[in-house]
Amino acid sequence: MTFINYAAREINCKIVYYGPGLCGKTTNLQWIYDKTNPQAKGKLISLATETDRTLFFDFLPLDLGTVRGFKTRFHLYTVPGQVFYDASRKLILKGVDGVVFVADSQEARMEANSESLVNLDKNLKEQGYELQSVPYVLQFNKRDLPTAIPADEMYRLLNFKGEPTFEAVAMNGTGVFDTLKAVAKLVLTELKKK
Amino acid sequence: MATPTPDLVMFEEEYQQIKDTLQRLQVDSNSKICFLVDKNGQQIAVHGDMTGVDATSLASLTAGNVAATDGLAKLIGEKEFSILFHEGERDNIHISLVAQRVILVVIFDDRSSLGLVRLRVKKASAELERTFEVLLRKSEAERGNLANRFDSPFAEITDEDIDSLFSE
Repeated sequence: MTFINYAAREINCKIVYYGPGLCGKTTNLQWIYDKTNPQAKGKLISLATETDRTLFFDFLPLDLGTVRGFKTRFHLYTVPGQVFYDASRKLILKGVDGVVFVADSQEARMEANSESLVNLDKNLKEQGYELQSVPYVLQFNKRDLPTAIPADEMYRLLNFKGEPTFEAVAMNGTGVFDTLKAVAKLVLTELKKK
Repeated sequence: MATPTPDLVMFEEEYQQIKDTLQRLQVDSNSKICFLVDKNGQQIAVHGDMTGVDATSLASLTAGNVAATDGLAKLIGEKEFSILFHEGERDNIHISLVAQRVILVVIFDDRSSLGLVRLRVKKASAELERTFEVLLRKSEAERGNLANRFDSPFAEITDEDIDSLFSE
């Protein structure tokens, strides 16, 4: 749900990073946080367990500048990827404007990717959204690992509507900003239609 | 299946009303900060001394807190828990739901009391509810012609505009 504040001349949009456990959602946010200049970002909040697994969500507010006199602010969230945190994932999807699905490129994680994608579809439906129509970007993370399967194979497996797809290594930032830029673009384009 | 909540659009007049209500509440309840957040974690308005308080984080964590509590309520068959109260050594936080869609946060210390805050919040909530009713009707009515209005900033967003956001 975009919050358009005419009084303060601000647009606020919510982007959620989704994907299976340990696929690198938090790492994406961490990289964005590290590489953004201090004036443009707020605090990165991580509600995580002692072993750094996301417990509820990570949150990063980003000021992107001004479009047509409106301050554009993106709120980036991640969901906890582990299967048993489904109730929390549903809560975080509330009011979402755009989704990034982070897929793990390792062969052993392909089933987890598909499972998480089905879960995303189901949870979005529960909130009244359709994965088919919501601004959506796909990221193949961990491309540097020797166990990564070929990107075109992943594409066949996970890309279902020709959505923008990026290869990434979130640990060193490869593809991280390309992904963010693509989803931001889709969200703003969606605003145009309203 | 739930339908997604429609986009919230804020207009000058109602924004001012909301700010007035928050200001009155802050004075009447003798509290430090009165803060209004959308259920999705977007800050709407604030009154009080926010020095040293990270407003954006406060907003998103409050919304997360309310959402989690809401989930708990549903689990045990309650419609909602409409009030949350966190007691600290120095400061306390009183959180309540207004009109099912916005969250009113009051931060106060021992110069006030839970009883007083609850009482004043009740009155302010009724005011806010009326304001939001008007606001929703207005944005509903505006929705149709917003796209056609010459001052709508979104119809004209170009690819260059979007690219320039990422130009650094």
